[in-house]
Amino acid sequence: MTAPLDMSDHAKPASPLAHIITFIARILLSVFVPVVTFIVLYAGFTFLRGANAAKGIVALVAILWGVGGVALLYLVSNWFVERLGDRWRSRFQPFVFVGPAIAILIWYLALPTVRTFWVSLYDANDQIFVGLKNYLAVFTDRNMFTAFRNNLMWIVFGATLSVVLGLLIAVLADRSRFERVAKSLIFLPMAISMVGGAVIWNMIYNVNPDIGMLNAIFTKLTGQQPIAWTAAGQIQPWNNLFLIFIMIWLQAGYAMTLFSAAIKGIPGELLEAARVDGANEIQVFFRIMIPYIAGTIITVATTVVIFTLKIFDVVWVMTGAQFSTQVIATQFYREYFTAQNSGYGSAIAIVLLIAVIPVMIYNLRQLRQQEAFR
Amino acid sequence: MTAKTISAKRRQLGSDVLVNGLLLLLVLAWTIPTVGLLVSSFRSRFDIQTSGWWTIFPHKEWVKVEEFAPAADLNRDGVMNIRGAQGTFEQFRNGVMTPDGKYRVTWVGNKRLGTIQLQQQHWATSLNFTLDNYSQVLGGKTFQIRQPDGTIQTVPGDDFSGAFLNSLIVTIPATVIPILIAAFAAYGFAWMRFAGRRLAFVLVVALLVVPLQIAFVPILKDYKTLDLNGTFLGIWLAHTGFGLPLATYLLFNYISSLPRDILESAFIDGASHFTIFQHLIFPLSIPALASFAIFQFLWVWNDYLVALIFLGSSSNNKVLTMRLAEMVGSRGNDWHLLTSGAFVSMLLPLIVFFSLQRFFVRGLLAGSVKG
Repeated sequence: MTAPLDMSDHAKPASPLAHIITFIARILLSVFVPVVTFIVLYAGFTFLRGANAAKGIVALVAILWGVGGVALLYLVSNWFVERLGDRWRSRFQPFVFVGPAIAILIWYLALPTVRTFWVSLYDANDQIFVGLKNYLAVFTDRNMFTAFRNNLMWIVFGATLSVVLGLLIAVLADRSRFERVAKSLIFLPMAISMVGGAVIWNMIYNVNPDIGMLNAIFTKLTGQQPIAWTAAGQIQPWNNLFLIFIMIWLQAGYAMTLFSAAIKGIPGELLEAARVDGANEIQVFFRIMIPYIAGTIITVATTVVIFTLKIFDVVWVMTGAQFSTQVIATQFYREYFTAQNSGYGSAIAIVLLIAVIPVMIYNLRQLRQQEAFR
Repeated sequence: MTAKTISAKRRQLGSDVLVNGLLLLLVLAWTIPTVGLLVSSFRSRFDIQTSGWWTIFPHKEWVKVEEFAPAADLNRDGVMNIRGAQGTFEQFRNGVMTPDGKYRVTWVGNKRLGTIQLQQQHWATSLNFTLDNYSQVLGGKTFQIRQPDGTIQTVPGDDFSGAFLNSLIVTIPATVIPILIAAFAAYGFAWMRFAGRRLAFVLVVALLVVPLQIAFVPILKDYKTLDLNGTFLGIWLAHTGFGLPLATYLLFNYISSLPRDILESAFIDGASHFTIFQHLIFPLSIPALASFAIFQFLWVWNDYLVALIFLGSSSNNKVLTMRLAEMVGSRGNDWHLLTSGAFVSMLLPLIVFFSLQRFFVRGLLAGSVKG
């Protein structure tokens, strides 16, 4: 490394001794700074792990340490790289920028797919190699069969209702003077957690007509006994629908927003021309709007399908995955964490992964068509 | 005005009413559940158990006008006549109207010892609101409530305030860290040339839809070795890992679309990549950063599964969603606590959401789909 070490360096004549001293000082500094950074960060971590201080102080330290720590790591590693020569800098700097992200992605998502697959080939205690036996079990287990059926219900009803309701709301709002207010209110549940949504709807579905609004209406209208909407044997498997409604309620704002933007993107002349030619509103809707926003409909449906494949919170909190409401994700949790069967649980996770692979391939194909990555 | 324009106007009005009426119906269906929760959270335990939250609106209610013991010679197993109303015991249990339609005669209690009430319908509202639910839910150690009969009862609090702090500790770094890392990466992908750039980006896109479940088993194993289970650092890193593909992808799309010449002129002026990133690209990307920040904030704050898995082993670090879900499991009929607890957990996201809705919508439209 004989090249000037710093961009701001000017070519000054210097004695060889001074040169060597600054060189050694630089190396020491380059090692020293990262080491000190690491020690400071590690001290912060051990403090937080064993902290008995007041919660508020821990909160503040934790937030500062977490956010500041990452910023510091970037600063220091960049400082280190910029101390290198031009040639090395341009070689290393991209890795300072991209490296951490790639490292984390590989650790948290890429490697786990392989590792989980590996574990899925072993028995419950991760000791004996059993080959594909866990997969055989997954596809022959009665509980799993119910879970697959339920997930299918989630996908079909979830996607259909999201598209239909989202489209309906978007079209209605587009023609109303109260568009902004209406959209905001429909949008609101998107800020609510699945657990919160589960509490809200648990109350609405409550068997006691003095608590549960649905039963209050139902008993008043029909004069019949109240029904446990998410549990009752006589309405299975349709009790799943009452769980699906919760997801629709929470996520309708997403479909509405996308459809609303798509509808506003339809050229006005196109609609006008159709109306002049004598098309009524229904024809305009089905013959012009729907084909025009077909891409958005596919996007919304795909998103909902991916989302519902992994649905967990709503089912887990509402019914504890009992009453034949289990889905793939709750079976995974139950097998891996409750039954402690790591091989079987991992096999279920791999099944989930396989289910999303078509979407993954589609995304990668889209990427190939993008300009930036030719 | 010709007849034609009048009929066209009438049709216009008719479709206006139809559109707005339908929309109102949908909006009500979407709003009422939340309103019900909010109202219930301010009602006492007794009120919630005995009357629906909708009774806060004016409604007709049967009010007792007179109460008396049934006559001793009444044939309680056959058809009885009380104040002109005819019926069996079972019918009187549900209430029988007097022939003049003025009163309802209702048997209260069991057949042998019960009394008879004469009731009349009156307009009523039940507007008894209280903050007790919130003090109990938020309170840390123990908490005292006044019972309807005046006695004081000491009950354990649910420490939602502690859980609220935990949620903050988890959410803020778990929002900022992935943004920081993703912004650097997005800049690198957009403006630097290096070996493996394409492959690395393919990895990002491929991981967009990978289900989280795939990661739990191996990451838990690593955390056990690193002693990270139940720590905040552990969950920050987990949320960072799971949020990174989307964050990098979104920010890359934004940063790569910034005009090339600003960068080039900065380079000519001798600025380094880091300086350009810090002083030029980062400030310019604020809209995209804000969009993703809101996304990640809501996602982490509302997350239950990741918290359950990586913080489940710790009793001190539980976040709001975990506490709430536990409460549903263990005290599923304490609606006064569930409703107020749920509202505490919703408060911050609702504020963030309403103040920054613009950015959120923009993020949605930019293709924010989380794996």
